[in-house]
Amino acid sequence: MADEKREKPKINLNRVKMPKQEPLVRAHNFDEVATGYTKEMAMEEAGRCIQCKKRNCVAGCPVNVNIPEFVLALRDGNMWDAVDQLKANNALPGICGRVCPQESQCELVCTLGKKGAPIAIGRLERFVADWESDQTNKPKPVIAPSTGKKVAVVGSGPAGLTVAADLAKMGHQITLFEALHVAGGVLVYGIPEFRLPKAIVQGEVDYVKTLGVDVRLDAVIGKIDTVDELLADSYDAMFLGTGAGLPMFLGLPGENLNGIYSANEYLTRTNLMKAYLFPEYDTPIKKSKKIVVIGGGNVAMDSARCAMRLGAEEVYIVYRRSREELPARAEEVENAEEEGIIFKLLTNPKRFIGDENGWVTQMECLEMELGEPDDSGRRRPIVKEGSEFIIDVDTVVVALGTTPNPLIPSTTPGLDTTKKGTVVAEEETGKTVKDKVWAGGDLVTGAATVISAMGAGKRAAVAIDAYLKG
Amino acid sequence: MYKILHREDLTPQIHLFRIEAPAVAKKAQAGQFIILMVDEKGERFPLTIGGWDREEGSVTIVFMEVGKTTRKLATLQAGDSIHAFIGPLGIPTHTDNVGTVVCVAGGFATAIVVPVAQALKDAGNKIISVMGFRSKDMMFWEDKLQDVSDELIICTDDGSCGRKALVTEPLKEVLETHKDVKLVIAIGPTIMMKFASATTKPFGVKTLVSLNPIMVDGTGMCGCCRVEVGGETAFTCVDGPDFDGHQVDWDVLMARQKSYCDEEKTSLDLWEEYCRSQMGGKA
Ligand SMILES: Cc1cc2nc3c(=O)[nH]c(=O)nc-3n(C[C@H](O)[C@H](O)[C@H](O)COP(=O)(O)OP(=O)(O)OC[C@H]3O[C@@H](n4cnc5c(N)ncnc54)[C@H](O)[C@@H]3O)c2cc1C
Ligand SMILES: Cc1cc2nc3c(=O)[nH]c(=O)nc-3n(C[C@H](O)[C@H](O)[C@H](O)COP(=O)(O)OP(=O)(O)OC[C@H]3O[C@@H](n4cnc5c(N)ncnc54)[C@H](O)[C@@H]3O)c2cc1C
Ligand code: SF4
Ligand code: SF4
Ligand code: FES
Repeated sequence: MADEKREKPKINLNRVKMPKQEPLVRAHNFDEVATGYTKEMAMEEAGRCIQCKKRNCVAGCPVNVNIPEFVLALRDGNMWDAVDQLKANNALPGICGRVCPQESQCELVCTLGKKGAPIAIGRLERFVADWESDQTNKPKPVIAPSTGKKVAVVGSGPAGLTVAADLAKMGHQITLFEALHVAGGVLVYGIPEFRLPKAIVQGEVDYVKTLGVDVRLDAVIGKIDTVDELLADSYDAMFLGTGAGLPMFLGLPGENLNGIYSANEYLTRTNLMKAYLFPEYDTPIKKSKKIVVIGGGNVAMDSARCAMRLGAEEVYIVYRRSREELPARAEEVENAEEEGIIFKLLTNPKRFIGDENGWVTQMECLEMELGEPDDSGRRRPIVKEGSEFIIDVDTVVVALGTTPNPLIPSTTPGLDTTKKGTVVAEEETGKTVKDKVWAGGDLVTGAATVISAMGAGKRAAVAIDAYLKG
Repeated sequence: MYKILHREDLTPQIHLFRIEAPAVAKKAQAGQFIILMVDEKGERFPLTIGGWDREEGSVTIVFMEVGKTTRKLATLQAGDSIHAFIGPLGIPTHTDNVGTVVCVAGGFATAIVVPVAQALKDAGNKIISVMGFRSKDMMFWEDKLQDVSDELIICTDDGSCGRKALVTEPLKEVLETHKDVKLVIAIGPTIMMKFASATTKPFGVKTLVSLNPIMVDGTGMCGCCRVEVGGETAFTCVDGPDFDGHQVDWDVLMARQKSYCDEEKTSLDLWEEYCRSQMGGKA
């Protein structure tokens, strides 16, 4: 038996390296940075998994992917098995495998991580998903007989796509409304091509369509029909997954100078509108020489790495705490460093200075030091008095975070919202206090992760299905 | 895809399209705008809603050829389709009954002023309109504006029709002679709105302008359209496009409108080269 053979397996603590484009090459193109495991590499890495009884890894994943099972199937080359095990709990493995913060989730608690490198779960997930998408003989998805119930899903990010797919498979008739001209939410307008190729997101959207979901683009709910109008019209239930798309600014003097962007604008121009292909595509973006990105999350890393690829000579990240507190995925911080992005840590902007034509030319900064831990548990940055200094810049990207767009809450009476603008919904089901309305993803949690949005979508789908059949 | 049902050339450079977009037509109100993409590679850019037909499910836009995008749009004919048409966006113009309102229209914006004036008239206001064009051959819709106005003053820069004056001159006279004016609405080129606001300020008459910064999404997601009004930052696409003209920081707006001059020129040059090559091909 396979199990006996591996009774005393020799534990291999070194993970198989991910092939990547060379830093100096990739810093100048928008192709994917990590090129992906070959089948041999994937099977070798899968072979390192010791199939723990305790399944730490599964507990570490917000949607409890059957990790040991899919990894074992992959090790043995049973690819369709691996696909089934993986997709049982994760509808978007090609995306999660690429962008999940694995180091703080499944891989953080992998048993092998205590002594060496944890299993590269994300990379294996990506491999299995990519393998599946290359297959031409995909089995047809099983769709339950029609229930005759109609559900409207608002927002086509990971939360909305997941709800739509799950409910469609359960036999409900789904309309998915999206405000932009492309479906995918942050996956298409925010996360850049070199981290998540848009063809992969499109593949997922196409899959959702094959389930019979009617995807309506250019549809800003609240401006065209409101939530109440849709409910009155014909829908039996609704899911709101409109994300957290409203950019925050610093409120500092000079912030409206030319050359100062929100990260949302910088990334939307670059990714959604393909400004990196200007003038073939019509949307322009500033050609920067010296650019500063303010912030330390994934959004800041993505903005800085886009700037590099758009041809900037010097790219800085200005962050008010230290490297340890950078909220971005560890892998992306490393990638950014390798690509030559300069980190100015413990630094905070004070004001922006412009020329006579209204273009930003300088940024005044303050040095910071870390004090006692604050509410978030991270050490609080404190200004060093009199530490002002000037950086010359021609572009600034403000990547401070986002809050939910107020359009849906303000046009939907009966929803409960928090001070931060998020919509209140039950964690386990996504049910809001409003009759027939569920919500999930960044709209409820504030800016979070792809996998948590997806998890919220899965739970809401179960709850909506129970309600419709109840 | 959204089909162009009808095309009309109001002047050689100003065109009217009626576009099939039932969801937008159902909710459109005066003063709102749409975001349009000509084709898949096009930019997202705003045009004001010039009218709507809820029964037909159509929305009317009127645009002036300025750079590459508006010129590319102008090559389309009835029966052709455009890639994206999103709206209605922005807050509709408040059209309460305040008494007497002066509507000031500059150039292509006449088409936008007509539905606003109509709504104000329907609400019971007396309408005095002032329209300004560079010259007679660029003028259009004086009859439509006449129909919705109790009084209409036409001016041209070169005197080829009506008074030889900028709109600010008759505007000032109207305010001097009509003490009952409660509201001025000025829509047109930025510079015109700036000076119209400066003209009304000494009279203390509330003045609404429809701002036109560069936009991308039009839904409050990018902040590209930010303007300074009364010392605060506002997003034109969701907080406007109408603002109190006396509170607007016009210098910030005008600087930001020039953000992409070089790129716009590159686009236009390439477009003209392309057009020439197409003509050459046909000859
Ligand atoms: C630049 C960037 C990088 C990121 N990197 C990572 C990463 O590496 N790993 C990770 O796990 N997470 C990452 N995140 C976070 C992650 O992308 C989000 O948490 C996730 O996308 C949230 O999903 P969602 O479905 O709730 O909303 P979104 O993805 O925001 O989608 C919401 C959708 O709703 C649409 N919408 C909004 N209002 C309306 C309306 N009124 N009518 C119709 N449609 C509407 C929006 O246009 C949008 O398409 C990143 C985020 C950003 C911005
Ligand atoms: C709310 C609003 C309503 C508008 N309504 C009308 C209308 O009804 N009719 C009309 O003719 N024009 C209208 N405009 C202006 C119209 O959007 C611009 O003329 C058009 O975008 C120019 O594009 P272009 O490529 O032809 O010219 P370009 O050469 O690219 O630009 C010329 C100038 O147009 C402005 N502009 C460029 N790109 C954009 C953009 N994405 N968004 C906004 N402005 C831009 C810039 O100030 C630029 O300097 C409106 C603008 C706004 C903001
Ligand atoms: S979905 Fe994300 S957290 Fe879960 S196993 Fe996959 S990579 Fe890990
Ligand atoms: S914890 Fe790590 S080694 Fe154990 S089963 Fe999960 S992936 Fe395999
Ligand atoms: S155009 Fe993007 S926020 Fe207004």
